[in-house]
Amino acid sequence: MSADMTAHTPTIVLVGHGMVGQRFLESLADRGVTERARIVVLCEEPRPAYDRVQLTSYFSGKTPDDLSMVEDGFMEKHGIELYVGDPAESVDREARTVTARSGRVFAYDSLVLATGSYPFVPPVPGKDARGCFVYRTIEDLLAIEEYAKTATTGAVVGGGLLGLEAAGALKGLGLDTHVVEFAPRLMPVQVDEGGGAALLRTIERMGLTVHTGTGTQEVVTADGAVTGMKLSDGSEVATDMVVFSAGVRPRDQLARDCGLTVGERGGIAVDEQCRTSDPAVFAIGECALATDGRVYGLVAPGYEMAQTVAAALADEAGDGFTGADMSTKLKLLGVDVASFGDAHGTAEGCLDVVYSDSRSGVYKKLVVSGEGVLLGGVLVGDAEQYGLLRPLTGTVPPVSPEQLVLPAGAGAPVALGPSALPDDAVICSCHNVTKHAIGECSSLAEVKKCTKAGTGCGSCVKVIEKLLPAPTDKGLCRCFSYSRSELYEIARTLRITSFAALLDSHGRQEARGGEGCEVCKPTVGSIIASLNNGYILDGEQASLQDTNDHFLANMQRNGSYSVVPRIPGGEITPDRLIVIGEVARDFGLYTKITGGQRIDLFGARVDQLPAIWTRLVDAGFESGHAYGKSLRTVKSCVGQTWCRYGVQDSVKMAIQLELRYRGLRAPHKLKSAVSGCARECAEAQSKDFGIIATANGWNLYVGGNGGATPRHADLLAQDLSDAELIRLIDRFLMFYIRTADRLERTSTWLERLEGGLDHLKDVVVHDSLGLCEELEGLMAAHVDDYQDEWAQTLDDPDRLRRFVSFVNAPDAPDPSVRFVPERDQIKPDLTILTLGRTNSTLEGASSR
Amino acid sequence: MTTLTTLTTTTLEISPSPDSWVTVCEESRLTPGRGVAALLPDGRQAAVFRDRAGRLYAIDNRDPFTGAQVLSRGLVGSADGRPFVASPLLKQRFDLETGRCLDDDEVAVAVYQVRTK
Repeated sequence: MSADMTAHTPTIVLVGHGMVGQRFLESLADRGVTERARIVVLCEEPRPAYDRVQLTSYFSGKTPDDLSMVEDGFMEKHGIELYVGDPAESVDREARTVTARSGRVFAYDSLVLATGSYPFVPPVPGKDARGCFVYRTIEDLLAIEEYAKTATTGAVVGGGLLGLEAAGALKGLGLDTHVVEFAPRLMPVQVDEGGGAALLRTIERMGLTVHTGTGTQEVVTADGAVTGMKLSDGSEVATDMVVFSAGVRPRDQLARDCGLTVGERGGIAVDEQCRTSDPAVFAIGECALATDGRVYGLVAPGYEMAQTVAAALADEAGDGFTGADMSTKLKLLGVDVASFGDAHGTAEGCLDVVYSDSRSGVYKKLVVSGEGVLLGGVLVGDAEQYGLLRPLTGTVPPVSPEQLVLPAGAGAPVALGPSALPDDAVICSCHNVTKHAIGECSSLAEVKKCTKAGTGCGSCVKVIEKLLPAPTDKGLCRCFSYSRSELYEIARTLRITSFAALLDSHGRQEARGGEGCEVCKPTVGSIIASLNNGYILDGEQASLQDTNDHFLANMQRNGSYSVVPRIPGGEITPDRLIVIGEVARDFGLYTKITGGQRIDLFGARVDQLPAIWTRLVDAGFESGHAYGKSLRTVKSCVGQTWCRYGVQDSVKMAIQLELRYRGLRAPHKLKSAVSGCARECAEAQSKDFGIIATANGWNLYVGGNGGATPRHADLLAQDLSDAELIRLIDRFLMFYIRTADRLERTSTWLERLEGGLDHLKDVVVHDSLGLCEELEGLMAAHVDDYQDEWAQTLDDPDRLRRFVSFVNAPDAPDPSVRFVPERDQIKPDLTILTLGRTNSTLEGASSR
Repeated sequence: MTTLTTLTTTTLEISPSPDSWVTVCEESRLTPGRGVAALLPDGRQAAVFRDRAGRLYAIDNRDPFTGAQVLSRGLVGSADGRPFVASPLLKQRFDLETGRCLDDDEVAVAVYQVRTK
């Protein structure tokens, strides 16, 4: 045995990668378990976990990718081995191994079953005919969508939560839709009779046919395909397809086959720690039978179980899982339906407060105890107050129950807002987040990121928004209440050319006379630069620039800089290539080819930058503006000149565009590319402006993006001549610079632009706002005034003075910028950076 | 010829430890709203700033979040009337008067006394 075998790395195998499975993985990662254990995940479906709760939103335009629950890079980051499309087939508890369908065998120390549930299909004749479906996975939806293309009528068996979701989907696909529910009302589990009646009226008004109090006896078929249904009340419904949505059953077969204890009516029996009858095996989510004898089909209890097991595997003492709140709020067919707490009024001696308006389909019932404690309720048609009422459950509400259910204007002083909730009230029940935790955040995005609240079913988002500071403030930052585009207009029309003047005249009252901040300074600096085209580092302008602009280079993690000379269109002579190589060699720089067809030289100290650039400028190079919110590169393929497929000279055009727009300051960086034919080797459709050659000229695409949120560019105009192309890009870029927000790429700007691509076409192609002459004029001024910032800097001793590591020791290099070798080049020596950590904090308290 | 007043230059000094002062540079070297770095005799580094009103500040140059000696190259701003510098790397803000990090209560950098002569 080798020595390293003594430190055994435990293996956790997770069977099932649904919402609960993914939550379990996240909980393991949060607790650091992923660092000390090997994690293997077997996933039956062909894709990683997605949001099954929002499944129906696929029909309103969400793609399967939108529904994904897994953040990009999550598995890689935590070293989790995920096998999609490879379900677990058997478990050998004796040997502690799991065998997957592919034949892979995994030994485990802990096994977690999160196999979920399967749709229950009643055993009626014809249930397997062509045209019968279930409603559970993205694949089910794809199949339903396909089959519905040739159908005119659809029937859903089951009038519960999922059944109504499915009915909504069929209706949305344009089918005449029937709903068959065995119970005497819709959603029998969640709502009471009154609520069911309100729901029924509203749903019938939408044109759906509802059959309650009757079961499905037979699916009628002809030639193996569905033609209708026979119901238990003797009636018959003609239909082209049937969707079974009559409840789900726990998927416990794997557990049964390996001899784990299962409940009489299914479900893998677990204790409060979610351990099965074998202590090495856990079960969580819809496949588990909790200690209270229930199988929970909601996601929130599943999440709680996931956290319970993650805590147990991290050796943390946890509360355990003993049962969960079954509160739900959903929008079914556009109707809000919510139920919470003791919705059916089963507690002894409880009382009802009911408000019912059958005209508008609103029904609200609160269940209260004799002492006035809110026990639960049902809301149909208007569930606005759900977010407030659910956290109040178990307390005596601060206002009387009538006032909580009466609509505004009907005598109710609806003064009760979320601010009335106690600090420990749970606002998001999916992720168990309290009002207090939400109060720590300042925006919805922050709440979602830090607490996950609002990322489950989403029903609490409205309440969260009310708990946050008013979002009406579209101001750039704490210093300006204007947006970037408003500030642009102010600076342009009032000809304001200094940050201090703009802050003192148009800043928020409390910010006037102050310093500004790290957000508005560079933003206004960029606005002033794009309006005035001057050297950006003189006078006050110098104090506005982010460090990268200030030193005309890109700061890297150890405080050193990288240098990127411009290589227009990616075309470079051997002689110039040699100069770059010599500079890199002489200054000991790390060298890497960038994605934009140029060369990045890393590891320069600030005091080396002038010497490096002197060599580069002497050889004819100029700044590549890799540090600026400005044009980066115009990438190109080799084009017609060399390529047998090319139809235009893409390199020549790329060089022309890059030289035209170099140095242009914008709200964010700008990338471009030119492809010489439709094969698109330059990937122009992923750029802010991309050009693709045609036999007749050029097609211009705008608003493309790679990066974290990729977007295919939209076609703005076709078959343009060289001059037409350049004029249109001039207008497009200037219109973007004028109207975009800070750090808003063209892709998000175009998505946000009211009227979208059509509006953009109107403005820059058809000149609907009469702006084009002005936009072209602004660009012409930019082109005329352009000067290379590095050449300007080197020419001026005053400007060069800033390029020292220490103002009191101009010749001393910074000893903290050090490097170690890697793969025949250098990399930052990070040990130096961590060394100082011990004496950095708090020691200065003495001095001031 | 120049007069006496314009000949007078103001030298900026900071105090890295009690009763000792180190010359940094002439005050005019500082652009309002920007900083410079100074090397201290014991190898530490200070970041020295001047704000719009001409007030001077000095804190340790080391960004505690990354370990890099870069705070002097951050942008100066003010929040609720108090001056801060935002680290150029990950943008955490540090109060220039107290050294406290405004974005993380548990982090602070050293502060040095400044004077002009």
